[in-house]
Amino acid sequence: MQTRLILSLALALAATPASAFVAFVSNEKGNSISVVDLDKMQTVATIPTGQRPRGIAVSHDGKSVYVALGDDDTVQVFDTKTYKLIGELPSGPDPEQFAVDPTGKFMFVANENDAMVTAIDIDKREALGTIGVGVEPEGMAVSPDSKTLVCTSETTSMAHFIDTQSHAVTASVLVPPRPRFSAYKADSSEVWISSEVGGQVTILDPVSHAIKARVKFEIPGLRAEQIQPVGINLTRDGKLAFVDLGPADRVAVVDGVTHEVLKYLLVGQRVWHGAFTPDEKYLVVANGVSNDVSVIDVAARKVIKSIQVGELPWGVDFAPN
Amino acid sequence: MALATLIGIASLGSAGAADTMEIKVGYLHLQPSKTRLSLMDVPADNDGVAGAELATEDNETTGRFIGQNYTLVTKTLRAGDDVAAAVKELADQGAAILMTDDDADGVLAAAEAAKARGLTLLNAGALDDSLREKDCRANVIHVAPTRSMLADALAQYLMTKKWRKWLLIVGSHEHDKLFGDALRHAATRFGAKIVEEREFKDTGGARRTDSGLVEIQRQMPVLTQSAPDYDVLVAADESEVFAGYLPYRTWDARPVAGSAGLVPTTWDASFDQWGAVQLQSRFTRRFHRFMTPLDMQAWTAARMVGEAASRANSADPAKLVAFLKGPDFAVAAFKGQKLTLRDWNLQLRQPILLFDGRNTVSVSPQEGYLHQFSQLDTLGYDRPETQCKLD
Repeated sequence: MQTRLILSLALALAATPASAFVAFVSNEKGNSISVVDLDKMQTVATIPTGQRPRGIAVSHDGKSVYVALGDDDTVQVFDTKTYKLIGELPSGPDPEQFAVDPTGKFMFVANENDAMVTAIDIDKREALGTIGVGVEPEGMAVSPDSKTLVCTSETTSMAHFIDTQSHAVTASVLVPPRPRFSAYKADSSEVWISSEVGGQVTILDPVSHAIKARVKFEIPGLRAEQIQPVGINLTRDGKLAFVDLGPADRVAVVDGVTHEVLKYLLVGQRVWHGAFTPDEKYLVVANGVSNDVSVIDVAARKVIKSIQVGELPWGVDFAPN
Repeated sequence: MALATLIGIASLGSAGAADTMEIKVGYLHLQPSKTRLSLMDVPADNDGVAGAELATEDNETTGRFIGQNYTLVTKTLRAGDDVAAAVKELADQGAAILMTDDDADGVLAAAEAAKARGLTLLNAGALDDSLREKDCRANVIHVAPTRSMLADALAQYLMTKKWRKWLLIVGSHEHDKLFGDALRHAATRFGAKIVEEREFKDTGGARRTDSGLVEIQRQMPVLTQSAPDYDVLVAADESEVFAGYLPYRTWDARPVAGSAGLVPTTWDASFDQWGAVQLQSRFTRRFHRFMTPLDMQAWTAARMVGEAASRANSADPAKLVAFLKGPDFAVAAFKGQKLTLRDWNLQLRQPILLFDGRNTVSVSPQEGYLHQFSQLDTLGYDRPETQCKLD
């Protein structure tokens, strides 16, 4: 343990700071963002935010980090280098998750208490309108061609497919209870949706909206009710998916093609959302109850490190340097 | 812009107005008694109804994407009103399913009248174990927990604290005695010892009046003095006569649980786990008051109807009930896991929350209380003990 620490310190000293991957972790109860250096494998800064930061994402140019503040009804924008607050986006009330479209121009925010989605022009910092969706919208994902937004609503238990141009809901698909998160495969062939209370992941065909597969989880020694899938991260080649199982304290490694569960990785308590380093070498997941993040070696499919962050870490994103 | 978008969605979602399904839920609401020891606990007139209204709006939001329309028709009853006539009225108005917060007698009367019309009743209020056991009915689904589930939830927690020796004080009214029975059963089931049992007789003048504080301060120590050594005072007082006056007034310095102090229930305005904050904020914003356990039970009942109608894609009463009783039914109700029905007596399985009046102390079942089928079945009478015969 100590050897490893010394080794990682030595590595950190050797690395040039510019090449270090830096994770931004939102701390829901800490009202802050922890900045985690993946070379040093430690938290190097804490940025104070407004109240109840949850959804977090770095802008496509890597210059800004957006964080949704549920109790302040806004999205704050911080500079990823200076950590200074540089602006706000009109998210509408109680923003939770949001998605930035692949063009980097538009943001779609789930307004959890109002059963709606707010569309924002990021450059103009203007709200373009709202879209009525089911009760307690949460999961948000934009298709790789930027044309479709998939929003899941938790109490309604639906995935809504929304045209990002017209803002019309083009289809609504019933999925198992409390869908939390949606993710597109990079080749647009599948949309993965986690159902927290349903305890499974539903894989939809984004064109026909038919259910292609269901991924179920079984962990010896754990009751089925404890297994509550939340965050999903798919590798760019679509071969692997990592599903965060909440109070099961595990991340499931799923074959992206056969949809079989390959392995369960033990992480911290109540694992919620995660993000890959831009080179996909590591996956970093936020553990809400143990106040840390777990670093997973993607190729080895092993947890290699836990790093202390702020109180109730919720989500993670990386700058694409 | 926003309005145009919303209209666009509405027309898309309904897929032609002719196809819209109408799902009407009839709610038999018993005007609540306002007798409470604490002013803070006095229920609003729409206690329960507000929960069902919010769930109906939630169902409606879901419904507009799949061409379903939900309405709640409420009929308020006063004690002694004709329940059967009220059921008939709701059935005549086209209710596909009924729910009620009436007491056990009201539930049985409503169930009988509903049966004649081919309708099923969701019991959102009555805690009586008898309704799930010897008096169970094939057309009654129980959303409210039983007294035995509440007592077992409390007992499991007290046992994890190793507070095994209980001083049990039971009120003199029927419901108090039933809760007393459930607590005694729980003590036996989980290995607690009732060192002594006392009765608090309601002689009419016990509740606090303008000058009552001094009286209570004298009364409660007398009630609790000379007890054998005990760890926790467990009170059964559903009638709100004395239990609320016990904390800080006992002869010995002991915690209070049951009907006061640490209370097992289904909801509290302070509850914030598992996304509950979302429901609490929607409720408070809509009704300008806190959400009560009865509101939550009614919300859950009305949401169960929405879940059945959307999953079965039907407004037909028989299909709704078939889905609710079928293997695919589950409802999410901010309890950290899906809630399902016990097929032997149609009781909703649910975790029970334990509150101290300000915060959540714990959620039962407690760790270590295992069950071969569902850990939730460690709360309340289990399948092997059941006296229920559904026909």
